[in-house]
Amino acid sequence: MSPVFALVDCNAFFVSCEKVFQPALEGKPVIVLSSNDGCAIARSNEAKALGIKMGAPLFKIQDIVKKNHVKVFSSNFSFYGDMSSRVMETLKQFSPSLEIYSIDEAFLDLSSLHEKELFSHGCRIREVVKLWTGIPVGVGIGPTKTLAKVANHLAKKHHLGCCVLIKQEDIEAALKNFLLQDVWGIGSQWSKKLSQLGLNTAWDLAQADPSWIRKTFNIVLARTALELRGIPCLSLEETAPAKKSLISSRSFGKPITSFEVLRESLSFHASSLAQKLRQQGSTTSLLSIFIRTSPFQKNTPYYMNSCAIPLLVPSHDTATLIKAATSGLEKIFKEGAFYKKAGVMALHISLEGRALFSLFEDRDNLAKRKLLFKTLDKLNDRFGKGSLIFASEGFGKTWRSKASLKSASFTQDWNQLPQVE
Amino acid sequence: MTQNSSRKRKPGAGRKPNLVPTKAIRLPAPLVDQLLDLKKKGKLGMGEIVPSRTLSSVPLPYFESRVQAGFPSPADDFSEGTLDLNSYLIKHKAATFFVRVTGDSMTGVGIFPGDILIVDRSLPHHSGKIVIAVLNGEMTVKRFKQEGDKIFLCPENDKYPPLSVLEDEDFSIWGVVTNVIHPLS
Repeated sequence: MSPVFALVDCNAFFVSCEKVFQPALEGKPVIVLSSNDGCAIARSNEAKALGIKMGAPLFKIQDIVKKNHVKVFSSNFSFYGDMSSRVMETLKQFSPSLEIYSIDEAFLDLSSLHEKELFSHGCRIREVVKLWTGIPVGVGIGPTKTLAKVANHLAKKHHLGCCVLIKQEDIEAALKNFLLQDVWGIGSQWSKKLSQLGLNTAWDLAQADPSWIRKTFNIVLARTALELRGIPCLSLEETAPAKKSLISSRSFGKPITSFEVLRESLSFHASSLAQKLRQQGSTTSLLSIFIRTSPFQKNTPYYMNSCAIPLLVPSHDTATLIKAATSGLEKIFKEGAFYKKAGVMALHISLEGRALFSLFEDRDNLAKRKLLFKTLDKLNDRFGKGSLIFASEGFGKTWRSKASLKSASFTQDWNQLPQVE
Repeated sequence: MTQNSSRKRKPGAGRKPNLVPTKAIRLPAPLVDQLLDLKKKGKLGMGEIVPSRTLSSVPLPYFESRVQAGFPSPADDFSEGTLDLNSYLIKHKAATFFVRVTGDSMTGVGIFPGDILIVDRSLPHHSGKIVIAVLNGEMTVKRFKQEGDKIFLCPENDKYPPLSVLEDEDFSIWGVVTNVIHPLS
C-alpha cells in the first residue's frame, strides 16, 4: 500500500471565521488585521482584487479601505482557535490519522483509499467541512506531503477546490508549470539561487540529482526534490513535538515610558510562558527578555536591548520566571525611551523531571509549588484565562494592544452569542 | 570485588516494560526489607495507587459510600454513570452552535425573545424543520417549507405572514434548530 496524503487548507481562514456569523459580509471586501491592528493578515477574494497585499500595513492601505468600504476586523484569535478545532474535529471522520500542521491546515492519511476514490473523497471533505463549520477549504492529494501541498496550491488557483496528483503524467504536467518559489519549504532566496543554476520549475528540481543537491545545498532541499519525485521522505506527525523554544510578546497600544508598566507586561508574558511550559510538561533554564521602541518613529532615537537570564534550577514556576524577567528589565531599562514592544522568550527547554536537582533545592517545597500551580491552571481553565493572576502582572493592562475592531466571541461567551430574529 | 562474567540480564535491570512512566528511587537498604515486609502483610495499600493524570478530567460517579462500619450501600454495584446534558443535547460537537433569539415570530412553538437555540449545522434541512436561515445577509429563525420549487420561511405567530423566498434573493440554510433553552422565571 503506497502512502497517500491529503492537505486540507482553509481559505482566507480568519476572514471565513468572521463570515460564518456575519453572513452579510459575503461578497464584500473584508480584511483581518494582525495584533495591535498593524497589518492585513487575512483577505477575502474581494479584498485581494482591490490590490490589498498580504501583510500590508493598515496606514498604507487606508485610502483603498475608505474608498471601497472594506470591512476591517481586529484579530480575534481565541474565536479563530475555537473554529479551527471544529474544523480539525470534523476532519477526523475522514482519516484514521491526522496531523494538525497549523491553525488552518491539516495533513490526512488517505493511504487506505483506492486511487479512483480519491477525487470524490476530497470533494466530500470539502462539502462536509463547509456544511458543519461554515469554513470553505481546499483539498490537495498526492503521494508525498510536498506533492499534496502542490496539489492544494493548484486546487485553490483553479477554483475547483480539490486536486489529485497521483498519476505520473498528471504530476509531470503540474510540476512543469509550477514555480519553484511556490514549492513547500523553498523561499524566494533559494529559488533565486536555483534559477541561477538553471532550475526554474518544480519539475527541474525533481529531475535534478539528489546527491548533487545535497552537496550544493543541503539535505532539506534534497528531500524536497525526492518528495517532488513522489518518494515520501516526510511522514505524518500526529502528536506535535514539544516546542524547543517559546516566546510571548506583544506590541503596546500606545508607547510606554514607565518602568512599572513595562514590568507588568513582562510579568504577564513570563506568566503566560510558565503556563505554556507546564502545559507541555517542560521547564526552562534560560530566559531572555527584550524591549524596544518603534523603529518607524523618526523624531526619537531607536533603542532596543535584550538580556538573557540563566535560571539556577530549570523551572516552570510563574514566580521564578517573573522574578527573572524583572531582574533582566532592571539591567536594560533606559529612562526616557518610548517603548513599543516587549517580550519574553524561554530557551533551553527540557522535559520536566529530566533536569538535575540542585543541592540547595527544597524538595518538599517543590512538591507544594507543583500542587499550587496545578490548582492555578485548573482554576484558570475552569473560570477563564486570567481569572487568577500574579499581582505583578497588573490589573489595568494599560499596555494592551489595540483591538478596537474585534468581533464578538460568538462561540465562547453566553453574552455574545450571534443574534437571530 | 567479585567479577560477574555471566551475560545474563540481571533481574530488574533495564527499562521496565511499563506503559506508565516509572521512576526509580533510592532507599536505605534496611528500609527496603521493611517495606517489602509490610507489603507482604497487606499493610501497604498498593492496590489503591492509581495514576492521577488519567483520571483527573473524567467525570466519574462517586462509588464508595462512606460507611466505615455496618452495611455497604447496596447501590454501589449498580452505578450507571452520571447524566451529561452536553451529550444529551449535542450530537455533533464540531457542528453545533448556540444563537440567541431576539424577535417574537416563533412564540407559537415555544421560542421566545432571549431564548438560546441549539443549532446543528450537520443535519439535513427537510421541509418542515425549524431552521436558522440566512436571507439577504440576515440570520433568522423560521420553519422551512418547500413546495415544488417554491421556498417559504414560516413564522409561528399569527402576527406575521409567511415569507416567500424570491429567486433573486440571497438565501441559504445556516443550520437546523434542535432544542430551545428557555428559562422559567
